[in-house]
Amino acid sequence: MKMNINLKNRVAIVGAGLTLFRRRLKETPKELAWAAAKMALESAGLELSDVDAVVIGTAPDAFDGIHMKGEYLADGSGGTGKPVMRVYVGGGTGVFTPIAGWWHVASGLFDVVLAVAEEKMSPAMPHPQSVFAHIWDPIIERPIGPNLIWIFALEMHRYMYKYNIKKEDIARVSVKNKRNALDHPAAQLGAKITVEDVLNSEMLVYPVQRLDISPVSDGAAAVVMVSEHIARRITDSPVWVEGVGWSLDTVHWTGRDLAYPKYVECAARMAYKMAGITNPAREIDVAEVYDPFDYKELHHMEGLMLARKGEAPILTREGITERDGDLPINPSGGLLGVGNPIAAAGMMKVTEIYWQLRGEAGKRQVKKPVYTGLAQAWGDLMQVGTVIVLRAG
Amino acid sequence: MDEKVRLKGTPIKRFDETITVERSSTAKYAWTAGQAISRFLVELKKGKLIGRRCNKCRRILIPPRMYCESCFRATDEWIYVEPIGTVNTAVVSYITTTREKLEKPLIIAVIEIEGTGGSGLFHYLEGVNPEDVINRKVFGMRVKAVWKPEAEREGSINDIKYFVPITGGEEK
Repeated sequence: MKMNINLKNRVAIVGAGLTLFRRRLKETPKELAWAAAKMALESAGLELSDVDAVVIGTAPDAFDGIHMKGEYLADGSGGTGKPVMRVYVGGGTGVFTPIAGWWHVASGLFDVVLAVAEEKMSPAMPHPQSVFAHIWDPIIERPIGPNLIWIFALEMHRYMYKYNIKKEDIARVSVKNKRNALDHPAAQLGAKITVEDVLNSEMLVYPVQRLDISPVSDGAAAVVMVSEHIARRITDSPVWVEGVGWSLDTVHWTGRDLAYPKYVECAARMAYKMAGITNPAREIDVAEVYDPFDYKELHHMEGLMLARKGEAPILTREGITERDGDLPINPSGGLLGVGNPIAAAGMMKVTEIYWQLRGEAGKRQVKKPVYTGLAQAWGDLMQVGTVIVLRAG
Repeated sequence: MDEKVRLKGTPIKRFDETITVERSSTAKYAWTAGQAISRFLVELKKGKLIGRRCNKCRRILIPPRMYCESCFRATDEWIYVEPIGTVNTAVVSYITTTREKLEKPLIIAVIEIEGTGGSGLFHYLEGVNPEDVINRKVFGMRVKAVWKPEAEREGSINDIKYFVPITGGEEK
């Protein structure tokens, strides 16, 4: 049954834009935001003067070394002289940004909202890894000298242990996504690789190897979100936002069930309830789930209830998650293939579902007809889930 | 957007292909450890592990908190626990915090502290081989804290040097 909420406006996505995703781009954060925002507006056939408000998503200020990044990005994002809000939930930001755009419109406060996500990880020297060191508790955790890969390796290994999952079944995700990315024009790491390539890549923190991980990237993405009466006027193929959900767990990750992302399930349940979805594995036709590491795609499929606990690797092995499978997952190529400019990467997933539902994804278009799609992101200290459910008009 | 669209963005391979400006910041912080963690650190210095008990959900919170985030009420009392637990998960790191290669790989684990109802500590594990981690033999293994000599302790999580397996016959 649908959630009983009174929304002033039904909300549609009517335009989307992206920049290239690369390890290091010459453009400034503002220039990237501008490129993606302009492309999104043009694809919707709108001008900046049509935009009522702007929502900006960008992850830690420390990557750019510029604090108040929302304010910094505002002019490149079309925010000058308009109501502007910056949202941030770590890696979950990219999907949280259109969620914030949704409530701006659904509430009736605005009719046209531009949602822009930007990330430039390349400025942090010598490597953004040194910036990640600041996310841990300064007193209890930092003295141990944690590396970001440690905590994901700890989670991945617990997941493998609990469900007796083989490394090669996880590696298949990386192979699939990097291959899918060959058809994505923004992609940084599209490649034809094999399971053996993943298993033979540099061992960083067992069980995590180099080809299990998404790259460090620069990039931006944007979508235009409008109320129903505007959508009906400007397009024949709006993509409706049918459900949104988000949920945060505590930072005390060492006391959590590391084999299952409960917070993702909480976010998904909220979004499914709003969208009237009772059997997600059957009702979701295509999904972009957050894949900064290959195991995370599997972990998140289970949290999203697209697969039963411990069974996402089986669906992957059987080819069900391929573009021509019954449940295509990450047809864009995901973070593993397209790249991982944090907030922009999550928003890229939303743009992919938008293009898939409009049948505009070209060679990336999934084989089966698609009507309902989902994008999900995850982040902070392995604690946040953000979910958006979209439906073709 | 199909695969033929040409997107904006100018990749650069080397810094000298463009003008860049460098600046480093030296922000320094003096963090207060707070009510709960201050006591925790004082006890670590004494070679003891202490938590806060919530009498409603009956968990013992380690690291301690003055409030229970689940019940959203003040925790009730300080309680010492044995620095013993089981390995929930473990990994072998071949890299440092800043991604340099390590000469000798490091084993890191999440240890579930016994009798706490799920509280875990994240620390080093010694006395096991990387192979024991890779073949998952360490999962569920009972381990105990090894403390630094008293004179070297400074009220830090590193007053525990690492955890080691409890070998047969040796209990508490």
